[in-house]
Amino acid sequence: MSEIIVTDTEPLVQITLRVNDVVHTAAAPTRRLLSDFLRHELRLTGTHVGCEHGVCGACTVLVDGTPMRSCLMFAVSAQDHEITTVEGLVEAVVDAETGTVTPTMNPVQQAFIECHGLQCGFCTPGFLTTITAYLRENPDPTETEAREAISGNLCRCTGYQNIVKSVLRAAELQGLRAAKITRERGATA
Amino acid sequence: MKPSAFVHHAPRSVDEALALLAEYGHDGKVLAGGQSLIPILNMRLAAPGHLVDINRITGLDTVEITPDTVHIGALVRHAQLERHVEAFAHLPLLRQALVNVAHPVIRNRGTTVGSIAHADPSGEMPAVLALTSGYVDVASSRGTRTIAASDFFLGPLESALAEDEMATRASFGCFPAGTGMAFAESARRHGDYALAGVAAAVTVRDGVITSAHASFVSVTPTPDVLDLTDLLAGSEPGDCDWAAAAGLAREHVDPDTDIHASGEYRRMLVGVLTARVLAEAAATANLTALGA
Repeated sequence: MSEIIVTDTEPLVQITLRVNDVVHTAAAPTRRLLSDFLRHELRLTGTHVGCEHGVCGACTVLVDGTPMRSCLMFAVSAQDHEITTVEGLVEAVVDAETGTVTPTMNPVQQAFIECHGLQCGFCTPGFLTTITAYLRENPDPTETEAREAISGNLCRCTGYQNIVKSVLRAAELQGLRAAKITRERGATA
Repeated sequence: MKPSAFVHHAPRSVDEALALLAEYGHDGKVLAGGQSLIPILNMRLAAPGHLVDINRITGLDTVEITPDTVHIGALVRHAQLERHVEAFAHLPLLRQALVNVAHPVIRNRGTTVGSIAHADPSGEMPAVLALTSGYVDVASSRGTRTIAASDFFLGPLESALAEDEMATRASFGCFPAGTGMAFAESARRHGDYALAGVAAAVTVRDGVITSAHASFVSVTPTPDVLDLTDLLAGSEPGDCDWAAAAGLAREHVDPDTDIHASGEYRRMLVGVLTARVLAEAAATANLTALGA
């Protein structure tokens, strides 16, 4: 049997990225898509890759808080920005009395659990990042607005009804949490 | 679906970018938002050896408004322009069309000038540039020049940009007072390429139409403008022969048949959409003219 020799002569560059508040450096070719860099080099496999041409929305991450397709960005271009992936959505909830910090599902993640907003889960990371950013700017959407907000994400289980419900429930949870923080601040002040 | 290998350049100034483009010529390509370019690279429909990534250049992300023009720098994202209150006040057509450009998440990264430089007949913003008699400022290491929209689009995905040139700014012309604008398109899926789209501007003075124009998305090889003034001038906005205008639009376009729709169906859509946007633009123009 003849031996197969693979010679990879493609030059690598050092890429430094700030992801979920942690600075990572790894070597990769310049053509490495941000989605692949997150998954292959950083082993952050929460970001899923579906269509690789910007249609399905599964790979959506937050770039400086704004949702963007990580399959339509090169890792080298993302170096000046703060990246948030689905792994970074978890919130640190501080107990007002004891000061204990507990990592907690963010309102969107919690709402997806409560409303059965996922089936196979493949598309979910993209929905979570997109909706998290959307609700920061639009904290009280109508059902029509919720549908519009997720129009760029595909769910091939077609579980859209429950995803729309999850958006509305997430808005509710976000409001409740904000009100609780305001109350506690008032109590301690 | 991974792009083929390329050398990534991240110039800090326009001059540096132009020097790179001059050096690499046909093998170099400008990368701005990349929302059209990167899919093409991922699908290996193009494989440039050098990408000139202009995202680190400062000063290209500004929207400047003069009384008769809205100027957009090469790094202004669609979303930024869509939310620009003053740009909307001067030229409502910008936002009317922008909300139809792909999905909100794509608009967060994609640039309006990039969309124009891409010269896709399915692009909304080339049609808007054409309808507003806009122009594109381009630069190369040889100097700068300004290209009118009517000379900029040469064919599908083909612009007048030379291989060492970069589009630095697009300028959209504003319409005279009393002009109403409207945009509508029809797509198989939300945010997908339009099967057909129409942009229209109708000017009303003293209760009658004085000019009317339309441009088209996905149904003409380049975004040219159809002048409907001869047909509609002198008519009252509430009493126009929109069916005749729709007929002229159907004759004007030359839609292809593809997997998404037949040419015949697209031509029918053009008629329906043209009548709809003209009526909407005329109604808005009338309100504007009445000072409402």
